[in-house]
Amino acid sequence: MLTIETQIENGHHILFLKGEVDASNSVILDEAITKLVTDGSSSILVDGTGLEYISSAGLGVFMSYLEDFQEKEIDLKIFSLSDRVFEVFKILGLDQLIQIYPDKKTALLA
Amino acid sequence: MPEMKHQMRISCQTTALSELRVFLKKTLGELRISDIDQHQITLAVEEVCANLIIHSHNCNALDYIELNVKQNPGKLIFEITDEGKAFNMLDYEVPDLNKVKGEKRKGGLGIILVKKIMDEIEFESNKGTNTCRLIKWFQS
Repeated sequence: MLTIETQIENGHHILFLKGEVDASNSVILDEAITKLVTDGSSSILVDGTGLEYISSAGLGVFMSYLEDFQEKEIDLKIFSLSDRVFEVFKILGLDQLIQIYPDKKTALLA
Repeated sequence: MPEMKHQMRISCQTTALSELRVFLKKTLGELRISDIDQHQITLAVEEVCANLIIHSHNCNALDYIELNVKQNPGKLIFEITDEGKAFNMLDYEVPDLNKVKGEKRKGGLGIILVKKIMDEIEFESNKGTNTCRLIKWFQS
């Protein structure tokens, strides 16, 4: 089960992920990000506080936007991942490709 | 430690993956392995099953794959059997992460995860039945 809420805060779009992202629902994450891009967002922050699990289907969604975002100068930051979810990003080396921060404050200041 | 054997039949649809996680949480919860290891093992087994469901069975809910979890001294064995199109992940060359990024392809990451998380991977195909064995060593 995955729910995604979007909030705008001082020009940043914050995506709150709650639940588990797997091959059955990663399309929801994909659509939520695409919508922000269509809406002209230049700063997307992903709040991982409620993210309990993410499989390669979800990680692949983030990966698929990286080049586009670089070209369009869209900032993507992820924060407040639990230790075990962060470990998965690290196994793949995604912590080197995606900006990941311990909490919202650090993410906003970076 | 008592002998352990658990079995699950998984319908080939992606919505079955959450049931698989519930099954693995219960099964692995009986063992003395860390929360992070449990999480990663669950992920690796799910990645293999998700690949089979999507690529070998085209999400046909009438097809099934079978998972057997066995515990041998010092190792946990996850045996995944199916009768779909054989896919030997050992033959699959793991893509470079930057290439995955460049090609905007979303596949390939799952296999990297499985190979990094599991200590041994075996695959055999015999008379239409494919068996993938994922083995994780641990201190018992």
